Amino acid sequence: MNKYMERIYNGIIKENPTFIIMLGMCPTLATTTSAINGLGMGLSTTAVLMCSNLVISALRKTIPERMRLPGEIVVVASFVTIVQLLIQAYVPALYSALGIYIPLIVVNCIILGRAEAYALFNEPDVSFFDGLGMGLGFSLALTLIGAVRELLGAGSVFGIPLIPEEYHISIFVLAPGAFLVLAMLTAVQNKLKLPSATNGDAPKPEFVCSGNCLGCFSDCAEKADERKEA
Amino acid sequence: MNQLLHLSANPHVRDNITTSEIMRDVMIAMIPTAVYGVMQWGANAAFVILFTTIAAVLAEFIYQRCMKLPITITDWSAAVTGMILALNCPPDIPIWIPVLGAFFAIIVIKQLYGGLGHNWMNPALGARCFLLISFAGKMTSFTNVGADGVSGATPLALLKADPAATADLSALFLGRVPGTIGEVSKLCLLFGALYLIARKVISPKIPCIYIATVAVFTLLFGGRGFDLYYVACELCAGGLIFGAFFMATDYVTSPITPNGQIVFAVILGLLTGLFRLFGGSAEGVSYAIILSNILVPMINRMTIPKAFGREGEKK
Repeated sequence: MNKYMERIYNGIIKENPTFIIMLGMCPTLATTTSAINGLGMGLSTTAVLMCSNLVISALRKTIPERMRLPGEIVVVASFVTIVQLLIQAYVPALYSALGIYIPLIVVNCIILGRAEAYALFNEPDVSFFDGLGMGLGFSLALTLIGAVRELLGAGSVFGIPLIPEEYHISIFVLAPGAFLVLAMLTAVQNKLKLPSATNGDAPKPEFVCSGNCLGCFSDCAEKADERKEA
Repeated sequence: MNQLLHLSANPHVRDNITTSEIMRDVMIAMIPTAVYGVMQWGANAAFVILFTTIAAVLAEFIYQRCMKLPITITDWSAAVTGMILALNCPPDIPIWIPVLGAFFAIIVIKQLYGGLGHNWMNPALGARCFLLISFAGKMTSFTNVGADGVSGATPLALLKADPAATADLSALFLGRVPGTIGEVSKLCLLFGALYLIARKVISPKIPCIYIATVAVFTLLFGGRGFDLYYVACELCAGGLIFGAFFMATDYVTSPITPNGQIVFAVILGLLTGLFRLFGGSAEGVSYAIILSNILVPMINRMTIPKAFGREGEKK
């Protein structure tokens, strides 16, 4: 596996932002009312994530350390605006379904997290693929959660009707359903001792050290030392 | 380790009375209203009660078997949950809906939080709200009393929809009105409540303060002046009496401190009044009780009584 494929695998499986690191919970809960909405949100985030990782990584030597966060926000916000206008122009149905959550991609913790934890310390090409992997992992998770909620709550998947209308449990497409589905999923993960940010007992996945402990979830030796000092 | 420590659900009071005896008393107290509901609405109501109760017990058994926990279905608490849920459903509901609700009540609301004594929300009411949100149409279509069998609005909805409408108080009290299986006959409910109070299973404190608060709130904000007949109709309509005596008094989800129980009952009354008079739907008891359930740990913490002999202590 070359270093690009490794990044994509890492984003989808090993450090899946939703299921394992558990970042970006707000769009995860709010936009997964159907599989297509989840996929739309995931792919919009992927587009922003790839571009912002690429640009932030390219500018990592130019951005002064103290202006790091404002610099990142400017880059991310620019790409979010572009994506927002594109969605509004070409997929108006998705635009109205996602509403405020498209501009809110700016403050999605996955995007700032990857910029802080990865793009600032790595070459632009691998950063780009890191963004792609993370974005695809996010899209996959959102599509799956959206599909489960759509199936239970509206009896269809991707708009294909599967369950007759009288058996729809419509709470699942409403806000409580998001919490229920995500909580069940996390409970199963914890029960099976699969890695996740909420599961203290699970073996920690081996994270690739990006040199920045701030946005990292691993229990590596350096971090343990750091904790001792603190 | 497990031999050394005996783990059981609270309250940890040493007495000969057991959880199963209390729960059995609650079951007995609900029998009159259940019988009345079945007599008024026929076989479907009986099947709803039967299958929902069985489903609740079965859900508890399946969960505890799967999670390798001690099986506690013999303490009757699951049966009581299933029974309350069934009595909270309209008589003509398809049976799979309350059965699904029973599984939700026992597994999600009760067992996932640790079983009896650990759930912060009344399981039966939580499941009722789950069903209300999920199957709004089926959960709120009530059959009219009588031979016509057409669905009609509950007296509470009629009172809310038309400011000039009046209700027949004696029909409300006796239960000759549309509503859920167990909530309509106030006579039977009060009969059961008196049994519970006489057996000292519940204290009349929470229900009485709750109902009194709703009465005062309705009198003040009902918009009909000093109309006591209207207040009496509001008290007898909907699930207020059922909720006050059978659900607000749930040991697990009501405060344990004496002052906390007063605070809890007043909050319940205010919320019910608010939801009924100013909310979107006519009924507010279920949501008022589960919202107040959330506040119970806080109420308990803020109303801890002073230990004897420390009343006069100054800081």
